[in-house]
Amino acid sequence: MTSRDKSWASDGGESAAKGNAKSGAGKDGPAWADGLKQLYDDVVDEPLPDAFKDLLAQLDETDDGDPAATRGGAGS
Amino acid sequence: MTEKPPPPKRTAAQKTDFKRELTEVVPHLRAFARGLCGRPDMADDLVQETMLKAWAAQDRFEPGTSMRAWTFVILRNAYLTDMRRNRFRGEYDEGVAERILTAPAGQEEPIHLSDMHRALLTLPPERREALLLVGAGGFSYEEAADICGCAVGTIKSRVGRARATLNAMLAEGNIPQRSVEDAAAHRAILQELDDVAAGKGIAAAKP
Repeated sequence: MTSRDKSWASDGGESAAKGNAKSGAGKDGPAWADGLKQLYDDVVDEPLPDAFKDLLAQLDETDDGDPAATRGGAGS
Repeated sequence: MTEKPPPPKRTAAQKTDFKRELTEVVPHLRAFARGLCGRPDMADDLVQETMLKAWAAQDRFEPGTSMRAWTFVILRNAYLTDMRRNRFRGEYDEGVAERILTAPAGQEEPIHLSDMHRALLTLPPERREALLLVGAGGFSYEEAADICGCAVGTIKSRVGRARATLNAMLAEGNIPQRSVEDAAAHRAILQELDDVAAGKGIAAAKP
């Protein structure tokens, strides 16, 4: 392994701001590094579509009937 | 390797905890999936599949460990399986907003979010994945290695290469119009899938 890989997010932190990259075009690293994070965070911040809420609600029902866990077992 | 005893059945309280934690990571699963496969609709399908699998496998989740890492492994495996069926081809979603990212000081040309996204999708899958985990997801190299079932050095190398490629593309405005399929990378990631299937993934890696 070479030292060039260490210039970015060395231990999962977001210290990319320093961007003192030893590799090639490293000085521009932080620009897109922010963009990458933003792409991810934008999705994280999206309101959750109903399909997911529905699915989460259904999970309990897919359970194999632990009496203590059942609430509205009124269905069929 | 010693056989692990089957995990104990979860109590109702543990199931409640599990569901709460699973709910909390869903937005992260969506973000990871979107980054992996590009198309929001396919990404969301993948997340739903992941949620069902996670729920079904909840007895194998060790309470107190990272739900995000655990579910990312499941999502990743589901993605790789789908890739094998050629469902995803790193298609670029034309619907991504042509939004301008905040231009950092000293940066003359602003980077468009769509450029960023397209550039990301041109990366070979295993580098894209490594970059997503470390650069976007905020995982450490060690955690990312656990998730991918590979060595820390491998992750470092992939992130370094992904980074160099993006530097070249984004700093020099040299972004391919359409994503490309990298057959070699595809093979590499499928090899990993085999490793994971062989029990070298995160679940087995944990002591």
